[in-house]
Amino acid sequence: METSIYSVAAFYGLAATILGAATLVVFMRNIMHSVLFLAVAFIAMAGLFLLLDADFIAAVQVLVYAGAVCIMVVFGIMVIQRTEMKETNLFNRQVMAGAGLTALTVAFGAIFAGRTAWVDMVAADAVPENTVQAIGELLLSKYVIPFEVAALLLLVALVGAIVLARDEEVETSADN
Amino acid sequence: MLTISLTHYVVLSALLFSIGLFGVFTKRNAVAVLICIELMLNAVNINLVAFSKYITPTDFTGQIFSIFVITVAAAEVGVGLAIIIAIYRNRLNVDLDNFDWLKW
Repeated sequence: METSIYSVAAFYGLAATILGAATLVVFMRNIMHSVLFLAVAFIAMAGLFLLLDADFIAAVQVLVYAGAVCIMVVFGIMVIQRTEMKETNLFNRQVMAGAGLTALTVAFGAIFAGRTAWVDMVAADAVPENTVQAIGELLLSKYVIPFEVAALLLLVALVGAIVLARDEEVETSADN
Repeated sequence: MLTISLTHYVVLSALLFSIGLFGVFTKRNAVAVLICIELMLNAVNINLVAFSKYITPTDFTGQIFSIFVITVAAAEVGVGLAIIIAIYRNRLNVDLDNFDWLKW
């Protein structure tokens, strides 16, 4: 339980930032603005991870999501949207159906969450000081197989992305 | 009562997940759907890290799981964008309403 007034204020501030930025990601009409608010949401989430004593995850969040993923999406948009950026992120014709399905999902989630005894499960221990060292040791001992499989997955994704996105015309022009 | 408990994080994560889900259902641009999926994956990460802190603070299970989620999400964005670029090359737009080849 966090009781300090600073952490409570930080939680509500970060939660409001995340939810506001996520709402703007969905409702902005220009896709470039959507991606900018996505970066804001990712950085606020890194702050939330710091609040949850997960320093390493917070650093990875900033590096991978706010750094790599957002920049990659911006590059993708630059390649795809050749004309002007206005009105590039509109809703389709299924807004009402989408809202209904989302409400249904939230209702089911609320029902199952309400039937779970959260309070009984909470442990009394605190998170240790050095999370990075502990995570490093766990990744190379108990979780070494998933770690290697994740490395393989990244390699396959890298090669697959190059093969999929490669322009066929480059091959012929390279012969000249 | 001014305390932040596990329930607060679960509610935040559920709200973020539903915003992302709504975006996935209703956006027209394929890239917008991709970034809404990222929002949903991040909501899951918040859940995992919160559970890691409050339920298994010394095991780091949730934190390690969220590292793998981040890895897979990065791979997914790379391949997803490559597929979208390949589709753009064939059809010259990325409007999901036009991708109805499988529609019966």
